[in-house]
Amino acid sequence: MKDKDVLDEISSIKNIMERSTRFISLSGLSGVMAGFYALIGAVLAYRLIPIYSNQSFYEVFVNHNDHIGIAYDGPAFFTTFIVLGLSVLLLSVATGIGLTIRKAQRKGQNVWNQSSRSFLKKGALPLLAGGCFILILLWQGYYGIIAPACLIFYGLALAAASQYTYGDVKWLGLCEIALGLIAMLFPLYGLLFWALGFGVLHILYGTIMYFKYDRENSAH
Amino acid sequence: MKIALTNFDKAFENRIRLQIMSVLVANESYDFNSLKELLAVTDGNLASHLKALEKEEYISVIKSFLGRKPNTRYQASAKGITAFKKHLEALENLIKQQKG
Repeated sequence: MKDKDVLDEISSIKNIMERSTRFISLSGLSGVMAGFYALIGAVLAYRLIPIYSNQSFYEVFVNHNDHIGIAYDGPAFFTTFIVLGLSVLLLSVATGIGLTIRKAQRKGQNVWNQSSRSFLKKGALPLLAGGCFILILLWQGYYGIIAPACLIFYGLALAAASQYTYGDVKWLGLCEIALGLIAMLFPLYGLLFWALGFGVLHILYGTIMYFKYDRENSAH
Repeated sequence: MKIALTNFDKAFENRIRLQIMSVLVANESYDFNSLKELLAVTDGNLASHLKALEKEEYISVIKSFLGRKPNTRYQASAKGITAFKKHLEALENLIKQQKG
């Protein structure tokens, strides 16, 4: 067997193994969009809270007790955050699905296949656990932990699901986890870290992935 | 070198069969239609290669139903995984030998 044939064979094995496990229709651009939605949501939250609480945003999150809690918890404050958070989430997911489908169509790929199913299944557990955890935090009034928890569970979901899509996603996941842990050290600045993790990091990674994978360069 | 050549598995001489085995080694299981889509082959072509691999006992079949639709999944057997790994080793050894 010639040298080149052997190399071809080895690389075709690697290639098909990757193609069979990885969901490569995932759109990097949707990460950028999600980042923008998150930043807008964070700015809106920052602007709207003083209206509802008569206190400055930082005053609202002051440590009154030994545990990380919150001074003010009226219903309007509560609803604003939830509505904003859910809107950002829904918009991001919708944009993600839409752009991914569009990218798959453009590249002649099938969006719904074994790797996309595995991708969703792997990411679902940390997200579900995180979602429940955050709802309980909201209900119990431990608002100071919500931003770190969002970041950490999201990062865990990304790191787990990255096995079934672009490996780069794992690094985004790890950054989110790290950011979430740092955020726990600064309970006053939850919204800032939320904006950094869901806003800035997404725009950064989304841009990198867009230029690496989404465009019509034949190398990929 | 003759010694090295005998480690190459005849079952994997065909490119499609090698690819099928690669997919099944990289995934817990894979269904017929996903294989067909991935490898871009026809129903009949794929079926005959799968039969050949089944005959060697390198893969096993699991037939089930998703609601009313029949679903056929394939898994690599322990024998198949071992054979595949040996084949890969043989390929890598050949490269190393030729590099001297």
